[in-house]
Amino acid sequence: MFFPISGSHISPIYLAVIGFLIGIMGGFFGVGGSFIAGPALRAVGLDWNFAVGTDLAHIVGKSVVAAKRHRALGNVDLRLGFIMAIGTMGGAEVGAQLIQMLKRAGNVNTVVSAVSIVIYVSISSFMIWEAWRTLRVQKRRKPRSKARSTNAKKDESAFRHRTRAIQRLRLWPMIALPTSGVRAISLWVIILVSFIGGLFSGFLGGGAGYIRMPMMVYILGIPTHLAVGTDLFEIIISASYGTFSHAIKGNVDILIALVMHTGAAIGAQIGAIATQYFAGPKIRLAFVPLPLIGAAIVIYTLMTGHKI
Amino acid sequence: MMKVEAARILRAFVIELALYALLVTGYFFLVLHYLSGWLQDLHLHHVKLYALTAISLIITQAIVLESVTSWLMRMLRGRTE
Repeated sequence: MFFPISGSHISPIYLAVIGFLIGIMGGFFGVGGSFIAGPALRAVGLDWNFAVGTDLAHIVGKSVVAAKRHRALGNVDLRLGFIMAIGTMGGAEVGAQLIQMLKRAGNVNTVVSAVSIVIYVSISSFMIWEAWRTLRVQKRRKPRSKARSTNAKKDESAFRHRTRAIQRLRLWPMIALPTSGVRAISLWVIILVSFIGGLFSGFLGGGAGYIRMPMMVYILGIPTHLAVGTDLFEIIISASYGTFSHAIKGNVDILIALVMHTGAAIGAQIGAIATQYFAGPKIRLAFVPLPLIGAAIVIYTLMTGHKI
Repeated sequence: MMKVEAARILRAFVIELALYALLVTGYFFLVLHYLSGWLQDLHLHHVKLYALTAISLIITQAIVLESVTSWLMRMLRGRTE
Protein backbone atom coordinates (compact mmCIF):
# COMPACT_ATOMS: atom_id res chain seq x y z
CA MET A 1 0.00 0.00 0.00
CA PHE A 2 1.36 3.44 -0.92
CA PHE A 3 1.27 6.14 1.75
CA PRO A 4 1.56 9.46 -0.10
CA ILE A 5 2.26 11.69 2.93
CA SER A 6 5.56 9.99 3.78
CA GLY A 7 6.04 8.63 0.24
CA SER A 8 6.49 5.05 1.47
CA HIS A 9 5.26 1.60 0.42
CA ILE A 10 4.35 -0.53 3.45
CA SER A 11 2.19 -3.63 3.75
CA PRO A 12 -1.00 -2.78 5.71
CA ILE A 13 -0.96 -6.30 7.19
CA TYR A 14 2.53 -5.68 8.62
CA LEU A 15 1.33 -2.40 10.17
CA ALA A 16 -1.81 -3.98 11.62
CA VAL A 17 0.17 -6.91 13.10
CA ILE A 18 2.77 -4.56 14.67
CA GLY A 19 -0.11 -2.44 16.02
CA PHE A 20 -1.79 -5.56 17.42
CA LEU A 21 1.35 -6.71 19.30
CA ILE A 22 2.10 -3.25 20.68
CA GLY A 23 -1.59 -2.89 21.54
CA ILE A 24 -1.53 -6.01 23.74
CA MET A 25 1.59 -4.71 25.50
CA GLY A 26 0.15 -1.21 25.94
CA GLY A 27 -3.15 -2.46 27.32
CA PHE A 28 -1.40 -4.79 29.77
CA PHE A 29 1.51 -2.60 30.96
CA GLY A 30 0.24 0.93 30.28
CA VAL A 31 3.16 1.83 28.02
CA GLY A 32 3.21 3.40 24.56
CA GLY A 33 5.60 0.79 23.15
CA SER A 34 7.54 3.28 21.04
CA PHE A 35 10.83 1.43 21.65
CA ILE A 36 9.37 -1.36 19.49
CA ALA A 37 7.13 0.67 17.13
CA GLY A 38 9.93 3.11 16.19
CA PRO A 39 12.39 0.39 15.05
CA ALA A 40 9.53 -1.58 13.42
CA LEU A 41 8.61 1.42 11.28
CA ARG A 42 12.27 2.13 10.51
CA ALA A 43 12.71 -1.49 9.43
CA VAL A 44 10.30 -0.95 6.52
CA GLY A 45 12.09 2.18 5.37
CA LEU A 46 10.16 5.00 7.06
CA ASP A 47 12.37 8.00 7.90
CA TRP A 48 13.13 8.55 11.61
CA ASN A 49 11.21 11.82 11.82
CA PHE A 50 8.09 10.13 10.39
CA ALA A 51 8.60 7.03 12.55
CA VAL A 52 8.65 9.11 15.76
CA GLY A 53 5.71 11.38 14.87
CA THR A 54 3.53 8.63 13.37
CA ASP A 55 4.16 6.36 16.35
CA LEU A 56 2.96 9.12 18.69
CA ALA A 57 -0.28 9.49 16.69
CA HIS A 58 -0.85 5.73 16.86
CA ILE A 59 -0.17 5.81 20.63
CA VAL A 60 -3.01 8.35 21.05
CA GLY A 61 -5.50 6.01 19.35
CA LYS A 62 -4.32 2.90 21.17
CA SER A 63 -4.40 4.67 24.55
CA VAL A 64 -7.99 5.85 23.94
CA VAL A 65 -9.11 2.24 23.37
CA ALA A 66 -7.12 0.78 26.29
CA ALA A 67 -8.02 3.61 28.71
CA LYS A 68 -11.72 3.28 27.81
CA ARG A 69 -11.56 -0.43 28.57
CA HIS A 70 -9.57 0.15 31.79
CA ARG A 71 -12.11 2.80 32.82
CA ALA A 72 -14.92 0.28 32.39
CA LEU A 73 -12.94 -2.06 34.67
CA GLY A 74 -12.55 0.73 37.27
CA ASN A 75 -8.81 1.15 36.66
CA VAL A 76 -8.59 4.87 35.84
CA ASP A 77 -8.10 7.69 38.37
CA LEU A 78 -9.22 10.74 36.35
CA ARG A 79 -8.11 13.30 38.95
CA LEU A 80 -4.60 11.87 39.08
CA GLY A 81 -4.49 11.58 35.27
CA PHE A 82 -5.32 15.26 34.70
CA ILE A 83 -2.78 16.46 37.30
CA MET A 84 -0.09 14.21 35.83
CA ALA A 85 -0.74 15.44 32.28
CA ILE A 86 0.27 18.97 33.34
CA GLY A 87 3.58 17.81 34.84
CA THR A 88 4.29 15.51 31.88
CA MET A 89 3.89 18.28 29.30
CA GLY A 90 6.15 20.60 31.33
CA GLY A 91 8.76 17.88 31.70
CA ALA A 92 8.61 16.97 27.99
CA GLU A 93 9.37 20.58 27.04
CA VAL A 94 12.37 20.71 29.43
CA GLY A 95 13.59 17.33 28.09
CA ALA A 96 13.38 18.61 24.50
CA GLN A 97 15.32 21.75 25.49
CA LEU A 98 18.00 19.58 27.15
CA ILE A 99 18.37 17.65 23.91
CA GLN A 100 18.83 20.92 22.02
CA MET A 101 21.52 22.02 24.53
CA LEU A 102 23.37 18.71 24.14
CA LYS A 103 23.09 18.97 20.36
CA ARG A 104 24.80 22.36 20.50
CA ALA A 105 27.52 20.92 22.77
CA GLY A 106 27.97 18.10 20.21
CA ASN A 107 27.67 15.09 22.56
CA VAL A 108 23.97 14.33 22.45
CA ASN A 109 24.27 10.67 21.36
CA THR A 110 26.79 9.65 24.02
CA VAL A 111 24.97 11.35 26.91
CA VAL A 112 21.47 10.20 25.90
CA SER A 113 22.67 6.61 25.33
CA ALA A 114 24.55 6.42 28.65
CA VAL A 115 21.65 7.92 30.63
CA SER A 116 19.08 5.65 29.00
CA ILE A 117 21.11 2.44 29.62
CA VAL A 118 21.59 3.33 33.31
CA ILE A 119 17.90 4.20 33.73
CA TYR A 120 16.55 1.12 31.89
CA VAL A 121 18.81 -1.34 33.74
CA SER A 122 18.13 0.31 37.12
CA ILE A 123 14.34 0.14 36.65
CA SER A 124 14.49 -3.52 35.65
CA SER A 125 16.83 -4.50 38.49
CA PHE A 126 14.74 -2.69 41.08
CA MET A 127 11.47 -4.19 39.80
CA ILE A 128 12.90 -7.73 39.76
CA TRP A 129 14.03 -7.31 43.37
CA GLU A 130 10.76 -5.76 44.56
CA ALA A 131 8.30 -8.02 42.70
CA TRP A 132 10.24 -11.17 43.63
CA ARG A 133 10.37 -10.14 47.31
CA THR A 134 6.66 -9.29 47.37
CA LEU A 135 5.74 -12.60 45.74
CA ARG A 136 7.94 -14.50 48.23
CA VAL A 137 6.25 -12.79 51.20
CA GLN A 138 2.83 -13.55 49.70
CA LYS A 139 3.75 -17.19 49.15
CA ARG A 140 4.88 -17.57 52.76
CA ARG A 141 1.67 -16.01 54.03
CA LYS A 142 -0.64 -17.96 51.69
CA PRO A 143 -1.12 -21.21 53.66
CA ARG A 144 -2.34 -19.23 56.70
CA SER A 145 -4.84 -17.15 54.72
CA LYS A 146 -6.15 -19.81 52.34
CA ALA A 147 -9.70 -19.23 53.45
CA ARG A 148 -9.58 -15.60 52.45
CA SER A 149 -10.73 -14.84 48.92
CA THR A 150 -8.01 -13.59 46.61
CA ASN A 151 -8.48 -10.40 44.69
CA ALA A 152 -6.16 -9.79 41.72
CA LYS A 153 -6.48 -6.00 42.13
CA LYS A 154 -5.47 -6.00 45.80
CA ASP A 155 -1.92 -4.80 45.61
CA GLU A 156 1.09 -5.36 47.83
CA SER A 157 4.63 -4.11 47.56
CA ALA A 158 7.88 -4.76 49.40
CA PHE A 159 8.55 -1.02 48.98
CA ARG A 160 5.31 -0.03 50.73
CA HIS A 161 7.00 1.44 53.85
CA ARG A 162 8.96 3.94 51.73
CA THR A 163 5.82 4.83 49.75
CA ARG A 164 3.98 5.53 53.03
CA ALA A 165 6.83 7.82 54.15
CA ILE A 166 6.51 9.76 50.88
CA GLN A 167 2.74 10.03 51.36
CA ARG A 168 3.30 11.42 54.88
CA LEU A 169 5.37 14.37 53.55
CA ARG A 170 3.35 17.49 54.48
CA LEU A 171 4.05 19.79 51.54
CA TRP A 172 0.95 21.96 51.01
CA PRO A 173 -1.36 21.54 49.09
CA MET A 174 -2.28 17.98 50.07
CA ILE A 175 -4.86 16.20 47.94
CA ALA A 176 -6.81 12.96 48.27
CA LEU A 177 -7.06 10.33 45.53
CA PRO A 178 -10.05 8.25 46.66
CA THR A 179 -10.18 6.17 43.46
CA SER A 180 -6.60 5.02 44.04
CA GLY A 181 -7.11 4.60 47.79
CA VAL A 182 -4.62 7.37 48.68
CA ARG A 183 -5.96 9.40 51.61
CA ALA A 184 -3.53 12.33 51.26
CA ILE A 185 -0.48 13.13 49.17
CA SER A 186 1.32 16.33 48.32
CA LEU A 187 0.39 17.76 44.93
CA TRP A 188 4.08 18.57 44.42
CA VAL A 189 5.04 14.90 44.66
CA ILE A 190 2.56 14.04 41.87
CA ILE A 191 3.78 16.96 39.76
CA LEU A 192 7.41 15.91 40.36
CA VAL A 193 6.73 12.29 39.35
CA SER A 194 4.92 13.32 36.16
CA PHE A 195 7.56 15.97 35.42
CA ILE A 196 10.32 13.33 35.60
CA GLY A 197 8.27 11.05 33.31
CA GLY A 198 7.81 13.94 30.86
CA LEU A 199 11.50 14.85 31.10
CA PHE A 200 12.48 11.32 30.02
CA SER A 201 9.84 11.36 27.32
CA GLY A 202 11.28 14.58 25.86
CA PHE A 203 14.88 13.46 26.45
CA LEU A 204 14.75 9.83 25.29
CA GLY A 205 11.66 9.94 23.05
CA GLY A 206 8.41 7.95 23.24
CA GLY A 207 5.83 8.10 25.99
CA ALA A 208 8.22 7.06 28.83
CA GLY A 209 5.60 4.73 30.35
CA TYR A 210 8.48 2.40 31.36
CA ILE A 211 9.51 4.98 33.99
CA ARG A 212 6.15 6.60 34.83
CA MET A 213 4.22 3.40 35.58
CA PRO A 214 6.79 2.11 38.15
CA MET A 215 7.04 5.58 39.73
CA MET A 216 3.27 5.72 40.14
CA VAL A 217 3.35 2.38 41.97
CA TYR A 218 6.44 2.88 44.13
CA ILE A 219 6.43 6.64 44.82
CA LEU A 220 2.75 7.61 44.72
CA GLY A 221 1.47 4.27 46.07
CA ILE A 222 -1.08 3.72 43.28
CA PRO A 223 -2.21 0.06 42.91
CA THR A 224 -0.63 -1.51 39.78
CA HIS A 225 -3.92 -1.96 37.89
CA LEU A 226 -4.85 1.68 38.48
CA ALA A 227 -1.32 2.84 37.58
CA VAL A 228 -1.62 1.04 34.21
CA GLY A 229 -5.09 2.49 33.45
CA THR A 230 -4.29 6.01 34.68
CA ASP A 231 -0.98 6.07 32.82
CA LEU A 232 -2.84 5.21 29.61
CA PHE A 233 -5.37 7.99 30.24
CA GLU A 234 -2.55 10.45 30.90
CA ILE A 235 -0.75 9.30 27.72
CA ILE A 236 -3.84 10.31 25.65
CA ILE A 237 -3.34 13.95 26.71
CA SER A 238 0.46 14.10 26.52
CA ALA A 239 0.74 12.07 23.27
CA SER A 240 -1.96 14.27 21.64
CA TYR A 241 0.17 17.27 22.49
CA GLY A 242 3.25 15.53 21.04
CA THR A 243 1.35 14.46 17.92
CA PHE A 244 0.17 18.04 17.29
CA SER A 245 3.69 19.37 17.76
CA HIS A 246 5.19 16.74 15.38
CA ALA A 247 2.36 17.12 12.81
CA ILE A 248 3.05 20.86 12.54
CA LYS A 249 6.69 20.01 11.80
CA GLY A 250 5.46 17.62 9.06
CA ASN A 251 6.53 14.44 10.90
CA VAL A 252 3.19 12.56 11.06
CA ASP A 253 1.81 10.24 8.38
CA ILE A 254 -1.67 9.87 9.82
CA LEU A 255 -2.66 7.23 7.24
CA ILE A 256 0.04 4.86 8.56
CA ALA A 257 -1.07 5.58 12.14
CA LEU A 258 -4.71 4.83 11.25
CA VAL A 259 -3.78 1.49 9.67
CA MET A 260 -1.52 0.52 12.63
CA HIS A 261 -4.32 1.44 14.96
CA THR A 262 -6.76 -1.05 13.41
CA GLY A 263 -4.59 -3.82 14.90
CA ALA A 264 -3.81 -1.91 18.09
CA ALA A 265 -7.52 -1.36 18.85
CA ILE A 266 -8.14 -5.07 19.32
CA GLY A 267 -4.73 -5.78 20.92
CA ALA A 268 -5.20 -3.01 23.51
CA GLN A 269 -8.54 -4.48 24.57
CA ILE A 270 -7.05 -7.94 24.99
CA GLY A 271 -4.16 -6.49 27.03
CA ALA A 272 -6.48 -4.45 29.25
CA ILE A 273 -8.79 -7.42 29.92
CA ALA A 274 -5.78 -9.67 30.64
CA THR A 275 -4.70 -7.43 33.58
CA GLN A 276 -7.78 -8.69 35.47
CA TYR A 277 -6.29 -12.17 35.66
CA PHE A 278 -2.92 -11.14 37.16
CA ALA A 279 -2.02 -9.73 40.57
CA GLY A 280 0.00 -6.49 40.80
CA PRO A 281 3.43 -8.05 41.60
CA LYS A 282 3.06 -10.48 38.66
CA ILE A 283 2.30 -7.61 36.26
CA ARG A 284 5.36 -5.76 37.62
CA LEU A 285 7.55 -8.85 37.21
CA ALA A 286 6.34 -9.34 33.61
CA PHE A 287 7.15 -5.64 32.99
CA VAL A 288 10.87 -6.20 33.72
CA PRO A 289 11.97 -7.22 30.16
CA LEU A 290 10.55 -4.04 28.59
CA PRO A 291 13.20 -1.56 29.85
CA LEU A 292 15.85 -4.24 29.15
CA ILE A 293 14.74 -4.44 25.51
CA GLY A 294 15.08 -0.65 25.39
CA ALA A 295 18.62 -0.91 26.84
CA ALA A 296 19.55 -3.66 24.34
CA ILE A 297 18.41 -1.47 21.43
CA VAL A 298 20.53 1.45 22.69
CA ILE A 299 23.60 -0.80 23.21
CA TYR A 300 23.16 -2.26 19.70
CA THR A 301 22.94 1.26 18.24
CA LEU A 302 26.08 2.33 20.12
CA MET A 303 28.10 -0.73 19.05
CA THR A 304 27.09 -0.89 15.40
CA GLY A 305 26.36 2.75 14.67
CA HIS A 306 23.06 1.72 13.02
CA LYS A 307 19.75 2.87 14.34
CA ILE A 308 17.18 0.07 14.40
CA MET B 1 -14.83 -28.02 32.30
CA MET B 2 -11.91 -25.59 32.04
CA LYS B 3 -11.01 -26.99 28.59
CA VAL B 4 -14.56 -26.47 27.32
CA GLU B 5 -14.54 -22.88 28.61
CA ALA B 6 -11.14 -22.18 27.00
CA ALA B 7 -12.29 -23.66 23.68
CA ARG B 8 -15.45 -21.53 23.78
CA ILE B 9 -13.46 -18.34 24.42
CA LEU B 10 -10.95 -19.23 21.70
CA ARG B 11 -13.73 -19.94 19.18
CA ALA B 12 -15.43 -16.63 19.94
CA PHE B 13 -12.10 -14.83 19.61
CA VAL B 14 -11.28 -16.43 16.23
CA ILE B 15 -14.75 -15.52 14.86
CA GLU B 16 -14.34 -12.00 16.21
CA LEU B 17 -10.92 -11.66 14.55
CA ALA B 18 -12.31 -12.87 11.20
CA LEU B 19 -15.25 -10.43 11.33
CA TYR B 20 -12.97 -7.65 12.44
CA ALA B 21 -10.47 -8.38 9.62
CA LEU B 22 -13.33 -8.21 7.10
CA LEU B 23 -14.49 -4.83 8.42
CA VAL B 24 -10.95 -3.46 8.52
CA THR B 25 -10.17 -4.61 4.96
CA GLY B 26 -13.26 -2.77 3.71
CA TYR B 27 -12.14 0.24 5.71
CA PHE B 28 -8.62 0.19 4.15
CA PHE B 29 -9.93 0.23 0.61
CA LEU B 30 -12.91 2.54 1.01
CA VAL B 31 -12.18 5.17 3.65
CA LEU B 32 -8.38 5.44 3.54
CA HIS B 33 -8.33 5.44 -0.28
CA TYR B 34 -10.66 8.44 -0.43
CA LEU B 35 -9.00 10.25 2.45
CA SER B 36 -5.39 10.00 1.25
CA GLY B 37 -5.53 12.70 -1.47
CA TRP B 38 -7.28 15.18 0.76
CA LEU B 39 -4.93 14.53 3.71
CA GLN B 40 -1.85 14.86 1.51
CA ASP B 41 -3.10 18.24 0.30
CA LEU B 42 -3.68 19.38 3.90
CA HIS B 43 -0.20 18.12 4.89
CA LEU B 44 1.41 20.17 2.13
CA HIS B 45 -0.60 23.38 2.30
CA HIS B 46 -2.38 23.71 5.68
CA VAL B 47 -0.13 22.15 8.31
CA LYS B 48 -2.04 23.34 11.41
CA LEU B 49 -5.34 22.13 9.99
CA TYR B 50 -3.62 18.84 9.13
CA ALA B 51 -2.38 18.49 12.73
CA LEU B 52 -5.88 19.06 14.13
CA THR B 53 -7.45 16.71 11.56
CA ALA B 54 -4.85 14.00 12.34
CA ILE B 55 -5.65 14.04 16.07
CA SER B 56 -9.42 14.16 15.45
CA LEU B 57 -9.21 11.24 13.00
CA ILE B 58 -7.19 8.96 15.28
CA ILE B 59 -9.41 9.70 18.32
CA THR B 60 -12.62 9.20 16.29
CA GLN B 61 -11.28 5.92 14.86
CA ALA B 62 -10.33 4.78 18.37
CA ILE B 63 -13.81 5.46 19.74
CA VAL B 64 -15.53 3.79 16.77
CA LEU B 65 -13.26 0.71 16.77
CA GLU B 66 -13.58 0.32 20.55
CA SER B 67 -17.36 0.31 20.14
CA VAL B 68 -17.17 -2.16 17.22
CA THR B 69 -14.88 -4.60 19.06
CA SER B 70 -16.92 -4.34 22.28
CA TRP B 71 -20.11 -5.01 20.32
CA LEU B 72 -18.51 -8.00 18.56
CA MET B 73 -17.28 -9.40 21.89
CA ARG B 74 -20.73 -9.00 23.50
CA MET B 75 -22.50 -10.50 20.50
CA LEU B 76 -20.20 -13.53 20.22
CA ARG B 77 -20.13 -14.14 23.96
CA GLY B 78 -23.92 -14.13 23.94
CA ARG B 79 -24.09 -16.55 21.00
CA THR B 80 -21.61 -19.06 22.37
CA GLU B 81 -23.16 -19.20 25.84
